[in-house]
Amino acid sequence: MANEIIKGSVYVVTDNIDTDQIIPAKYLNLVPTIPEEYAKLGSYAMAGLPESFSAFILPGESKTPYAIIVAGRNFGCGSSREHAPICLGAAGVEAVVAESYARIFFRNAVATGEVFPIEVKARLCDLFNTGDVAELDMSNNRITNVNSCESYELIPPGAVAPVIAAGGIFGYARATGMIKQKD
Amino acid sequence: MAATITEKILARAAGVQSVSPGDNIWVNVDMLLTHDVCGPGTIGVFKREFGEDARVWDPEKIAIIPDHYIYTADEKAHRNVDTLRAFAKEQDLPYFYDPGTATYKGVCHVALPEAGHVRPGEVLLGTDSHTCTHGALGAFATGIGNTDGGFVMGTGKLLVKVPKTLRFVLEGELPVGVVAKDIILRIIGDIGVDGATYCAMEFYGSAIDALSIEERMTICNMAIEAGGKNGIIAPDEKTLAYVKARTDKPFEPVYGDRDAPLEAEYHYDVATFVPCVAEPHLPSHYAPAVERGTVKLDRAYIGSCTGGKLEDFMMAARVLKGRRVMIDTFLVPATVEVAEGLLRESIDGKSLVEIFSEAGCLPIAPPSCAACLGGPEDTFGHAHGNEVIISTTNRNFLGRMGSKLASIYLASPLTVAASAVAGTIADPRELLDA
Repeated sequence: MANEIIKGSVYVVTDNIDTDQIIPAKYLNLVPTIPEEYAKLGSYAMAGLPESFSAFILPGESKTPYAIIVAGRNFGCGSSREHAPICLGAAGVEAVVAESYARIFFRNAVATGEVFPIEVKARLCDLFNTGDVAELDMSNNRITNVNSCESYELIPPGAVAPVIAAGGIFGYARATGMIKQKD
Repeated sequence: MAATITEKILARAAGVQSVSPGDNIWVNVDMLLTHDVCGPGTIGVFKREFGEDARVWDPEKIAIIPDHYIYTADEKAHRNVDTLRAFAKEQDLPYFYDPGTATYKGVCHVALPEAGHVRPGEVLLGTDSHTCTHGALGAFATGIGNTDGGFVMGTGKLLVKVPKTLRFVLEGELPVGVVAKDIILRIIGDIGVDGATYCAMEFYGSAIDALSIEERMTICNMAIEAGGKNGIIAPDEKTLAYVKARTDKPFEPVYGDRDAPLEAEYHYDVATFVPCVAEPHLPSHYAPAVERGTVKLDRAYIGSCTGGKLEDFMMAARVLKGRRVMIDTFLVPATVEVAEGLLRESIDGKSLVEIFSEAGCLPIAPPSCAACLGGPEDTFGHAHGNEVIISTTNRNFLGRMGSKLASIYLASPLTVAASAVAGTIADPRELLDA
């Protein structure tokens, strides 16, 4: 997974996008481990953003056209609801690229393997527009704005890399012998 | 080497002599908490990964406290509580607090310590971000997701990164009218909503020593609103008395070293603090209440794990006694024990229930999280339009109480009550006897 190249349209948000904006609480009656409710959560991804934002999910669609979310600081602050990274994954988002993350969102994104939470030094939310195409080169830690041809360095994942590479906390625990392999 | 209380608890839970900030360690978990919103998904992960017939690692170490979507007609909400009920039965879980029965408690973060499940020196993980509340009793307590929750359910362990510590040294005497909520809103205002990201927030000093356990809970509860991994206060005589009155389980308190290396230390004289609000739409938007007197309000809300404890209602009653509210005032005791306290406790011979009724508050709702996080449309206190709300809760994010058009101001129970009387944001000091 870590060698992947992700190319797709970008949806841009700024600082402190909280979990109520990512998935409003009224949808927390949906249980992510039930497949049809997982899909439903995806259809409500980012439904809590202000009305002034362009649609993240187009009317009548259940998935987003945006594979990458570009954000500012403290993405995913607030609740521990795992519905947040899950709804993004279910909507078809592959990666979030932000200046920083709230701890629990980052952890849940890694533990579930639903989306890659990638950190970047540059304030990309000022350098990308929604609808731009980006190419994320995970092995070389670069993101390129295909529209402007500008390229920026990603911060390598560090200690969390093996958990991401294993696809989440269960994969990592099995790979390291902490728990036994699934039958 | 000198170490903080957080580092010492984690080292003991990992079975090692010492740990350093940034270490990733497997810790043994003493208590796992879940509720109706994240419990069914946690159970789903547990069964998917460990098998349909798997048994939890230790039934004595799991508390399931439904509290979020209880008083609603929402069918899926009921389905979710049924899922918890069936799981508690299947796994013989002794600490399932079932809605509609005599065991029902209410808001998990108030219920958990009430029931004696929070003990100093222990590691407590919960599938709710406000699990950091329990650091008020000297535990390491933090919020986790369903996947980590399912992992803990099956193994009793979790991979945890040791946080750096920010120590907040609070000295001096709180002025009349200034309470724990004002302290934590001031700190969040100073450091920002990501000012403590990945860090332990340790609260220390004579002003903390002087606070009751419930007020300490209010402070630790909102550590997450600054991005903190955990909030923590060293146990003292008050802590030990509180815990021992509620459990016979043995526990070993842990104390940090004063000279432990820290990421940062902040010093405050709380005598300079004033009643305050957090303005929409972030808990860090600090403003003194007295400077926001022109803000007209539609609603006041007293409830939640932050501001729905018995002492919170005592504060509100001190202000509301003999006065009338000008706006719709919603009261939601956090737990059944709090609700009973409203009937039992009195000021000048009047019960809190009578005081609130005579003040013109709406009839008191049954205990639950209610509109703190919006919830289903029929939730008590749910915002439906462009209401301007002052609330004792913990988050004023856009849409938090159910409507994206609503504006939420966070404040202490004293400030919320004084504002309910004024119909505008008000400084409670004018209404309190010195």
